Amino acid sequence: MMALLKRDLAIATRSGGAAMLGVLFFLAVVAVIPFGIGPDLNLLARIGPAILWIGALLASLLGLDRLFQADREDGSLDLLLMQDWLALVATVFVKCLAHWLATGLPLVLAAPLLGLLMNMSALSTGAVMLTLLAGTPAISFIGAVGAAIAVALPRGGLLVSILILPLAIPVLIFGVSASYAAVTDPDPFWPPFMILSAIALFFAALGPVAAAAALKGASD
Amino acid sequence: MQATATKLKGRRGDSVLFEDVSFTLTRGEALVVTGPNGAGKSTLLRVLAGLLAADSGRFTLAGDDGAELPVAEFTHYLGHRNAMKRELRVSENLAFWQRFQAPESGRGLSIDAAIDAVELGGVAHLPFGYLSAGQQRRIALARLLVAHRPLWLLDEPTAALDKRSDQLFADLVRAHLAEGGMAIAATHQPLGLDAVRSLELSGRHRAASASAESWS
Amino acid sequence: MSDTTAPQGWFTSLANPTRFLALSGRVLPYLAAASAVTLLIGLYMSFAAPEDYQQGITVRIMFIHVPSAWLAMMCYSVMAVASIGTLVWRHPLADVAAKSALPIGAAFTFLSLLTGSLWGRPMWGTWWVWDARLTSVFVLFLMYLGLMALHKAMDDPARAARPAAVLTLVGFINIPIIKFSVEWWNTLHQPASVMRLDGPTIHPTLLYPLLVMAIAFTLIFFTLHFMAMRNEILRRRVSAMRRQAAQSIGSSEARP
Repeated sequence: MMALLKRDLAIATRSGGAAMLGVLFFLAVVAVIPFGIGPDLNLLARIGPAILWIGALLASLLGLDRLFQADREDGSLDLLLMQDWLALVATVFVKCLAHWLATGLPLVLAAPLLGLLMNMSALSTGAVMLTLLAGTPAISFIGAVGAAIAVALPRGGLLVSILILPLAIPVLIFGVSASYAAVTDPDPFWPPFMILSAIALFFAALGPVAAAAALKGASD
Repeated sequence: MQATATKLKGRRGDSVLFEDVSFTLTRGEALVVTGPNGAGKSTLLRVLAGLLAADSGRFTLAGDDGAELPVAEFTHYLGHRNAMKRELRVSENLAFWQRFQAPESGRGLSIDAAIDAVELGGVAHLPFGYLSAGQQRRIALARLLVAHRPLWLLDEPTAALDKRSDQLFADLVRAHLAEGGMAIAATHQPLGLDAVRSLELSGRHRAASASAESWS
Repeated sequence: MSDTTAPQGWFTSLANPTRFLALSGRVLPYLAAASAVTLLIGLYMSFAAPEDYQQGITVRIMFIHVPSAWLAMMCYSVMAVASIGTLVWRHPLADVAAKSALPIGAAFTFLSLLTGSLWGRPMWGTWWVWDARLTSVFVLFLMYLGLMALHKAMDDPARAARPAAVLTLVGFINIPIIKFSVEWWNTLHQPASVMRLDGPTIHPTLLYPLLVMAIAFTLIFFTLHFMAMRNEILRRRVSAMRRQAAQSIGSSEARP
């Protein structure tokens, strides 16, 4: 399984840098917001956490459809599927992990820079980073289900986003509310953050199982 | 070790491709599946590999002591596609599959030895995408050597190979059989293997019967 | 790899498409008549019911709104059960049931969102609020549409069956969220008033029309669902026949 993690990371860093693309998309989404709503620094600071979260959500949906499709195209998926059920679930889990390390983690690391652009305070930026750190894995894990479902479709990218966005809404809700709770005084930060972490753990358990079931069903 | 298929039935969509396919294979034996295009050769191999569910019937693998073995873990499947990443070096590709598919016993050639065995010594450091189609196919064959698994399922193994490589491939399969392995290959071309059994799929599709199990 | 033997018993005989067509063909007229009669009674009772002292005449929107919301959730539950049938028994009829319930469920969800919006304008002073109940029902609507898109995207229904079933089951977590959203979070939407452990808190003059409407909507759902399933079975038969025809024409030609 370590071998699989290493392989997927190596591919992600070498092939045109999927990680870089995600970060660039994140940057682009966040950068167009001030053009849309005007350069009012106070307003930007207020909506900054939400914008960063939406940008990160969209960016992490971006490369999701390739998660299993690339393996299907070159035939690797067949060999990955020739395992017993538990090993297959573990394989899917590791692939999600690699996908998150390659595309999700860079988003978390890029968040402070974008927080600066959005005139956010240090505390607010830190809260967004922390919530992204807990929330983006959840998107990768639940996204794997969509990727597995659309694996056989030639242009599944859009469909994956449509299928996954409704399921990712709770992540967004609690991620943003925890980020805001950190800076607005009476609201406690930890309860929404704990719920966010719980969702992430739940998706980490559910996602690989459901994705493995979908992959088994889709093989032909 | 023994591989047994009993009354396998497979279909694609609504047409039954084959029925009542039964055979037994023991150590050192090979089975060549022949038949026209679309006769269900690939489907049969995917059913044997466990990638497709058989409509009915079973395929089992039994160890020398008669205990049933999990087919997926004792079988190499080589499909139409090579299962190699173009971005990675040849050696990285093979190293990955070696670690991922290694049997408990840890048997199998080293990566360099496997590349030498397919007569491509010196390509180990090249990205897989740089190789020609025939070279890529030979590297895909080398994958079967780096991790030892007794049963090989080969779907059109010699596609994209020239005459000389055909011979090389036949030698590799022969060596595998001599070691006590088994092989099932689907192919149009004669493999140059002697003493193999053959199974011909007729390619006469029987439309799924007008029963309730299908839609008509 | 193992023997795949069909489950035995009455379920099997019902799950046989031909038998299902025959049986549903016999039941459907009665089902349709029953839904029409119940709906008429329900509508009459709805208009005969007294106006609410707070909500006035707008309370009558509830007689449509609440049953559609219930049906939206029930329809998804039916799909979830059918999806288990697809995944466990691999029976094609289960997939037909799940697929043909989709547009019906989407329609009921849309109806409940629409009527809720119409009611919200005079009562809350706004067409839409982003509270937990409304948002989670909206998510349900999106999931119906997403599943429909998935079925559209796959040309072969047999291949769409299992992925769609997995997605349906994953999306099922939304149903308890919808049900309990009004209790877990303080929302503008009112809490449950009919289905609660200590008995309904709604006055009988309003409760009875509501229940009759709920029965009527349920009957309508099953009528529509049976009809949609019959259509889907026939549609698949046609495509199976077409494929066979194509095969018999070019049977000797190559197929990769």
